[in-house]
Amino acid sequence: MNITLNGEARQTEAATLSDLLAEQGFGSKVATARNGDFVPAGLRTATPIHDGDRIEVVAPMQGG
Amino acid sequence: MPVFYGVQVDSALMLGTAQYPSPAILADAFRASKAGIATVSLRREQGGGQDFWSLVQGLGARILPNTAGCHTVKEAVTTAHMARELFDTNWIKLEVIGHTDTLQPDVFALVEAARILTDDGFQVCPYCTEDLTVCGRLLDAGCQVLMPWGAPIGSGLGINNAYGLRSLRAHFADVPLVVDAGIGLPSHAAAAMEMGFDAVLLNTAVAKAGDPAGMARAMALAVQAGRAAYLADPMEPRDMAAPSTPVIGKAFLS
Repeated sequence: MNITLNGEARQTEAATLSDLLAEQGFGSKVATARNGDFVPAGLRTATPIHDGDRIEVVAPMQGG
Repeated sequence: MPVFYGVQVDSALMLGTAQYPSPAILADAFRASKAGIATVSLRREQGGGQDFWSLVQGLGARILPNTAGCHTVKEAVTTAHMARELFDTNWIKLEVIGHTDTLQPDVFALVEAARILTDDGFQVCPYCTEDLTVCGRLLDAGCQVLMPWGAPIGSGLGINNAYGLRSLRAHFADVPLVVDAGIGLPSHAAAAMEMGFDAVLLNTAVAKAGDPAGMARAMALAVQAGRAAYLADPMEPRDMAAPSTPVIGKAFLS
């Protein structure tokens, strides 16, 4: 499948958002959104990845 | 000390975590500032997020995540939800930017986002203008803290509209008010506190100083001095001179 992950085109075999995070090697301190909607951590295993999905994975960062 | 949403904060200085020359200097600045609240953001994870989280946890400050860079209600609301999960707090510094050059808030979207988030259990600290009507609407939407700008973010121009901020303070006497953005010097921070503001939030003024820890210390002193002056009920200014030394009893020498 072709998806957009944090703004970059990627190919993935991951079936769920949880699988995708593991596949791409993200740390545990992240939050996620799929196609612009927040996906709580508890729902990642139940959130399928579809071709063309836009996935955002964010982490704590410097801010004012 | 300020109380935000029932939580007493140990310092009236709130400090951002962005733009420091290094993580060590950031930590030094926080130690010197004794800031009670640290603002943070969420950004796409590119490898630095986990280390930054460890650093922030060691600062000894309560975390206030922001929605910086969001330009729409939808973006801000989604970011707030991600922040709540990631930082385990209902507090959110709500920014909905309306203008690219000045980073002025889009106050219409701000009120809408504030209502949505408040209804969803968030405790919203809105980055707003000093407009009395906008601030009234934010309170109607459920905000219990207001954070009007002093000047555009990162400008260091200080208190641009002293009249407007004084009016806001007088009009909403019981609402915790924070001057957020535009502070460039300790004198600006002191001026905000002398007006009766409950706290100031700044970042660039410390992070971009030649000696961030030194500036953090100066800001902490200014905030303390300004607050003490406000509580001491300053004299009224007047246009004409008034001799402070007694006139009566002066020797007749001419």
